[in-house]
Amino acid sequence: MTLSPESEGAYGADAAHAASGVFPPFDPTYYASSLFWLTISFVVLYIALDRFILPKIKTTIEDRRDRIADDLDAAAQAKAEAEAAGQAYEQSLADARAKAHGIAADTRAALDKELAKESAEVEAELAEKQAAAEVSIREAKEKAFAEVRTIASSATVAAVEALAGLEVAEADAGKAVDKAMKGA
Amino acid sequence: MAENNLDPIKQFEVHEVIAFEAFGLDLAFTNASFFMVLTTFLTIVLFTVALTGRAMIPNRSQSVAELAYGFVADMIRSTAGSDGLRFFPLVFSLFIFILVANLLGMFPYFPAPGWHSYTVTSQIIVTAALAMLVWLTVVLYGLFTHGLKFLKIFFPSGIPWPLYFIVTPIEIISFASRPVSHSVRLFANLLAGHILLKVFAGFVVMLAAGLGTAGYLVGVLPFAMTLGLTALEFLVAFLQAYVFAILTCIYLSDALHPGH
Repeated sequence: MTLSPESEGAYGADAAHAASGVFPPFDPTYYASSLFWLTISFVVLYIALDRFILPKIKTTIEDRRDRIADDLDAAAQAKAEAEAAGQAYEQSLADARAKAHGIAADTRAALDKELAKESAEVEAELAEKQAAAEVSIREAKEKAFAEVRTIASSATVAAVEALAGLEVAEADAGKAVDKAMKGA
Repeated sequence: MAENNLDPIKQFEVHEVIAFEAFGLDLAFTNASFFMVLTTFLTIVLFTVALTGRAMIPNRSQSVAELAYGFVADMIRSTAGSDGLRFFPLVFSLFIFILVANLLGMFPYFPAPGWHSYTVTSQIIVTAALAMLVWLTVVLYGLFTHGLKFLKIFFPSGIPWPLYFIVTPIEIISFASRPVSHSVRLFANLLAGHILLKVFAGFVVMLAAGLGTAGYLVGVLPFAMTLGLTALEFLVAFLQAYVFAILTCIYLSDALHPGH
């Protein structure tokens, strides 16, 4: 029953040499050898790590840190630029709105003014026409009155002559008519 | 033979793979050496793969590499302050070496000499060497940068002067014993965990061998235990690497700011 292969190893014969009855870790037979090979192994490892491996890891980590810092800076800058652009946009929007308000107000004022002017003109024209019409009405009325007097005095002359047989001067008749018209 | 294979201590034995002698010392390449070299090799390969074609947006492996980097960097910053980052490569190497070594030790079988895995950090000599590396770094850096002011770590500020007669010896003892606690903590955790795993896994085999079918049925219990312990050991593997690294940071903080 072979349970551990060390009994069959290439150095099976050495087992007798090593198993000198001392607890193996305190067996000083190979202390010098262990120290020698440990020194070689550790020094080689130290040099490899110190000269080649650790600097590589260090630069990789630092490169990454720098890159991340750079990227963050770039992102912050882009953000600031975007914010500035946004503000500029809002500003121009506000300006345009204010300008539009101004234009609307100006247009409204101009329209109001024109409207007021036109309506004043129309009113003046109307007043003029009204005045002219009133004048012509009065003239027509006066003319009509004058004609009524003439007709009335002629009628009076004719009526007096026919009724009383009296000849009345046209002028007297006119006076009488005037008197009557005033009395009426 | 079976009893020998069930020995929970056997997994910690070091075996010579390739004989090698220098400076009159036996520096044989062993199965432990194999896992030390493998730890370094695997770490470098994995990081290299993770970092090839590294991108702004990381893929999974690159994320893990960066996560490990950030994890250790934060650990240093929170314990030793930002100037502690000059020790970043050291702390990172210690953390990743111990972590990978611990995790490699979690394989029961492994394509390695002897076909079983070896937990490098279960060797007291290894953890002691790493702990001494940290301790000596603290002492030497502290003395070179602060001179005698470094001794202020033994005289904490803000206490009445008679207390220094008690506090200073305590501080000196605690400072001197740091490498011991630092190394034994890692070593003992890994050692005990792996012994426990092997003991419970061994129960399954012993029950099956001794009781036959009934043994298989009862063996479900230690098997479930082994399963749970394996999960726990993965946690310990990470946690002890973390603890070792964070203690390193705390000790280095003394070297950076003595008198705090």
